[in-house]
Amino acid sequence: MAEAVTDDGFVVFDRVQKSYDGETLVVKDLNLSIAKGEFLTMLGPSGSGKTTCLMMLAGFETATHGDIRLGGQPINNIPPHKRGIGMVFQNYALFPHMTIAENLAFPLEVRKMGKSEREEKIKRALDMVEMGAFGGRRPSQLSGGQQQRVALARALVFEPELVLMDEPLGALDKQLREKMQFEITDLAHNLGITTVYVTHDQTEALTMSDNVAVFDDGRIQQLAPPDLLYEKPENSFVAQFIGENNTLEGVVTEISGDTCVVRLDDGEELDATPINVSKVGERTKVSIRPERVEYNKERLQEGAHTLKAEVLEFIYMGDIFRTRLRVAGNDEFIIKTRNAPDVERLKPGQQIEIGWLPQDCRALDA
Amino acid sequence: MSDTTDTGGPVLAADGTPLKRSLARALRRQKMRALLLIAPLLLFILISFILPVADMLYRSVKNGIVAETLPRTVVAIADWDADSGELPSEAVYAAMAADLKEAAAAKTHTKVGTRLNYENPGISSLFRKTGRKAKKFDIEGVASWKDELIDINKDWGDIDNWRTIQTYSPRVTSGYFLNAVDMRVGTDGAELRPEAERIYMNLLGRTLWMSLAITVCCILLAYPVAWILANLPMRQANILMILVLLPFWTSLLVRTSAWKILLQQQGVINDILVWVGLVDDSARLVIINNQFGTIVAMTHILLPFMILPMYSVMQTIPPSYLRAAKSLGATDWTAFWRVYFPQTVPGIGAGSILVFILAIGYYITPALVGGTKGTFISNQIAFHISSSLNWGLASALGAILLAVVLVLYWAYDKIVGIDNVKLG
Repeated sequence: MAEAVTDDGFVVFDRVQKSYDGETLVVKDLNLSIAKGEFLTMLGPSGSGKTTCLMMLAGFETATHGDIRLGGQPINNIPPHKRGIGMVFQNYALFPHMTIAENLAFPLEVRKMGKSEREEKIKRALDMVEMGAFGGRRPSQLSGGQQQRVALARALVFEPELVLMDEPLGALDKQLREKMQFEITDLAHNLGITTVYVTHDQTEALTMSDNVAVFDDGRIQQLAPPDLLYEKPENSFVAQFIGENNTLEGVVTEISGDTCVVRLDDGEELDATPINVSKVGERTKVSIRPERVEYNKERLQEGAHTLKAEVLEFIYMGDIFRTRLRVAGNDEFIIKTRNAPDVERLKPGQQIEIGWLPQDCRALDA
Repeated sequence: MSDTTDTGGPVLAADGTPLKRSLARALRRQKMRALLLIAPLLLFILISFILPVADMLYRSVKNGIVAETLPRTVVAIADWDADSGELPSEAVYAAMAADLKEAAAAKTHTKVGTRLNYENPGISSLFRKTGRKAKKFDIEGVASWKDELIDINKDWGDIDNWRTIQTYSPRVTSGYFLNAVDMRVGTDGAELRPEAERIYMNLLGRTLWMSLAITVCCILLAYPVAWILANLPMRQANILMILVLLPFWTSLLVRTSAWKILLQQQGVINDILVWVGLVDDSARLVIINNQFGTIVAMTHILLPFMILPMYSVMQTIPPSYLRAAKSLGATDWTAFWRVYFPQTVPGIGAGSILVFILAIGYYITPALVGGTKGTFISNQIAFHISSSLNWGLASALGAILLAVVLVLYWAYDKIVGIDNVKLG
């Protein structure tokens, strides 16, 4: 997390700090290396410093301390217009007084490109996002999704090697957002451009990225591919922030290698995998994913730990059942079960036994 | 869905009346209430604005006084041919004598004199002098009124005077308007006045170009201020906004007088220039009581009217446009000129219309700091309303000013589009 960056990635943040008021740090000691062609997502709650990082990379904010390197060159003192980084903004920022074609021509004109070359590139970029027929329209005459595509085309038309996207799908409805997620990743991989994508939507981050950097409190809490991030969160913030998560609080009573014993606050003891607990007596939050909890005795695997639970609420959600339980004094314990013919539908008030494997149960910092 | 009829006839409401009538009835109450709410304002505008404007427009062509005071003469002189080179017939003189007798008794003969004097300077004394004797006229007892009147005052033998009377005998006249554009009715219809008598077109031209200069000065000064206002954090922007609005809370007279103190030859600016040594004490700058003074003072006074519309437009332009332009490779200047500036044009347009129209009709400031060279046409209008009492001419000048504003407004709508103007 805080180890110094030694490799020479395409984009490198080297011990970068940022403060706006000289009193508090918005970004605290950021180290990050992004490989060429990588799709990296900065994910985090608002105020976590992710957008500030993006703005520093684009050149609209200056780092208070540390180096940002692009292709091996420090870019701290290079003004934004000389960085050659494509950027897609949250509200698209398409120039309302220009047509779509003029919007796309803008980056080419300021690069003093000839007319025929310009028109060819504009056509190719618009065709790429399937907006070829809309060159003569104004941004206000397009739907949100179409504006999004044009913004993407404009950021790519001058063939930058790095593209930044600041919550570009935030204003779209759910269906369109899912479609665009797919299109953006497809495009980025086909063109082989490096992409830094900022979002606060974890589903977006998981589905689109090669790597996700989870930001909180001005630091990267975990940098990992989506599957590792979801299945092996390294601290309780990441476990809580990514996906749904059940938390039980307790004290570590025993540690031996890659297993530990946690005594919950109501006296119950369970086996868990120690992640960032180091000594006996430390308080811990035990994290279990809802879909890893089993209540059908026949399906419980060998070595699974079982606990008593009371059903509080049963919600039918179509493809899955979502059941809220009281477990070890926690009323918000959620389990998810796939809707299959042989699955028992639980009723409120029912007393059941639930269980999970110790490796799915991770003892994290309190 | 199934309630609507498919028969092709009018859609009916539940009680059988046509839906349209039913709806109109339901909306009538709302409309009446809205009308009642705005009725006081409507009435106020009608009485204090629309009626006076209409009256003014009417006064600029109204000319009843000659026909009312000299009814017999007006009838008698109608057939006279002024270009024949001969004086009117005996009948006309007799009619004039009878009219003058009545007018002198009613003491209205001087008013006709004053009215005709606007068109033919000197004619008022003719009426005044003759009027003194007119009360004792014995209409039947004189053989030739032609000789008698010319005997009383030889000016009755001047064809030009009779021509003036004939020309201005109709109840409606274009005389005021001709006068307002430096023309007059000559022997061959309308003609330009002699060079020395042309005042108003020069004045109108000066008013227009000075208003334009003031508008341009306001744009140049207001643009950066509005930009800072729109880009500062809320707290600081509010403080700056108070500074912008501060002049509004100070009396116009005080502000104008302050400019007098600053700009006069023994004033603060000249004193400083002399003290610094830039200007010799014997050659102090004349920067007030001329066009320069008027432009400076009026730019200051009208500046908020430019800043506010610009500010409200700039406020709606998110900073991401500039950032987008820069990320696409534009320098600061290109980003401003190609992306930011075009989006502020509606604000500039709104401010310019506002400032220009206010400036063109401004009166107090040019009167106080304009001297003789820096006054506006509005000062002439005020002069004719309060000093020379030639309300007809004042009305004609006002009507021309109104027409100019409307034409400019129309032209602006054609070129920029009035829908693009944003005041807030």
